[in-house]
Amino acid sequence: MKILVAVKRVIDYNVQVRVKEDNTGVVTENVKMSTNPPDDNAIEEAVKIKESGKATEVVAVSVGEEKAQETVRKALAVGADRGILIKADGILEPLAVSKLLQKIVEKEKPDLVFMGKQAIDDDCNQTGQMLSALLNWPQATFASKIEIKDKKLEVTREIDEGLETIEINIPAIVTCDLRLNEPRYASLPNIMKAKKKPIEQINASDLGVDTSPRIEQIKVEEPPKRKAGIKVKSVAELVQKLKNEAKVI
Amino acid sequence: MSVLLVAEHNNKELKPFTLNAVTAASQMDTDLHAVIIGSNCGDAAKKLSELPLVKKVIQVEAAHYENFVAENFAPVIVKLAENYSHVVCSANTFGKNLMPRIAASLDTSQVSDIIKVISADTFLRPIYAGNAFATVKSKDPKKCITIRPTSFDPCESSGGSAPIEKAEPSEEFNNTKFVKREEIKSDRPELGTARVVVSGGRGMQSGDNFKLITSVADKLNAAIGASRAAVDAGYISNDHQVGQTGKVVVPDLYIAIGISGAIQHLAGMKESKVIVAINKDGEAPIFSVADYGLEADLFEAVPQFIEELNKLNTIQK
Repeated sequence: MKILVAVKRVIDYNVQVRVKEDNTGVVTENVKMSTNPPDDNAIEEAVKIKESGKATEVVAVSVGEEKAQETVRKALAVGADRGILIKADGILEPLAVSKLLQKIVEKEKPDLVFMGKQAIDDDCNQTGQMLSALLNWPQATFASKIEIKDKKLEVTREIDEGLETIEINIPAIVTCDLRLNEPRYASLPNIMKAKKKPIEQINASDLGVDTSPRIEQIKVEEPPKRKAGIKVKSVAELVQKLKNEAKVI
Repeated sequence: MSVLLVAEHNNKELKPFTLNAVTAASQMDTDLHAVIIGSNCGDAAKKLSELPLVKKVIQVEAAHYENFVAENFAPVIVKLAENYSHVVCSANTFGKNLMPRIAASLDTSQVSDIIKVISADTFLRPIYAGNAFATVKSKDPKKCITIRPTSFDPCESSGGSAPIEKAEPSEEFNNTKFVKREEIKSDRPELGTARVVVSGGRGMQSGDNFKLITSVADKLNAAIGASRAAVDAGYISNDHQVGQTGKVVVPDLYIAIGISGAIQHLAGMKESKVIVAINKDGEAPIFSVADYGLEADLFEAVPQFIEELNKLNTIQK
């Protein structure tokens, strides 16, 4: 079984994001970049499945600028066997990314495609579902548990009401929740080894996919600021304020 | 052209956020139709027809729609979408799972999780966990939009009498089978719509200590929330998680207890009207959004808080 894992390079989750003064986007210069957190869970799960003997190859793929190679390299350092970078500049909407991934799926013919449930930059939560639609494959979104049963997967999904379990036939798409597993850190020897693993580079324009944006970003602004609050000295003061000033209890 | 709203329901009743989605959809175009897909969902369809903003209900029934599997829902909606300019539903786990599957089939670039309708094609949406707001204009001929339910008021729920039309179901998608759903039942208000939310974080130190949160929630008739750290640590189940990848809540009063206030948590609660933080670390980021901050050991402060609330209740009685 072969597993393709899609990973995205995003601003690190610990960075306090700042809006550009000209309102065209957010500041990305000299900002720490990392793998989108739930994509780390996706890689971890694929590598664990391979370690259990149920998969033979894990291929990491990313779509983006040249530097997204670092994100693919990191996936290789935690256990992916080889990488693919689809080079594309500018804003890439999930629809364009899923069309590019579709081309890679057609070429690589994986049994499973994993990715994070949501990217923490655009917060769209679309790519996995869109890729499933384009391939007409089953989709298991927001997965917090995956069990492989022969040619099927049993997946526990985190939903607003609690948990849902579905059974999907392979080939399938799974989008991973942060609670699926605990992603490992890359060890130094593995980081060194990853440098020798191959990363194939493909230009998005060579895949015959129109990636031009369909959504015009008119402006990006700071959200309205909350006015500064106060510190209270005691529980009694807190309760009085809530009752008499805020009038919420 | 008109708007098609995808109703969320449990085959008997409409889910509350359907009403918020109707409000949002009606701001895109007042010629608003709603589709309800399910199994034996006649009662819910009737309730949908009573929403005054809904001009027509389309009911699609088949056994394989009983459990809301996106792979079964999407083809029906894609077919109906021929007659509409917009397809709309809530950006909760129902809509997040379903809408991109519809959008990709329509070759539309979806606009997710909008918080404001500026015009029929222009919307405001938070990005980067709400640290920036983007104004975006969809250039696709058909628009697929998910809306953040807590950013729109629920619509009127009675007085309307829209006609209910039946539409043909699509074939079952055989590669996905629903197995089970474990819903956590509670007598408390729902987290997404509660007037008061009391949340605990990693500072609670154990699942057992969450009974302090429960006691406060009991006093205030509140829903119980949690940070991702508390859910990951196993103190409480995932359906309580508030944040960027959990639920977004906008209560009148949000009480954060033992929550440091990571960016990802703030994304889910910072629009609350009044925020209270109780934390022993005076530098915790939660204090930057709190209207009332109390720097104290929660294990001393929370029992006192319960006691003070008891006194209030006595006075009120």
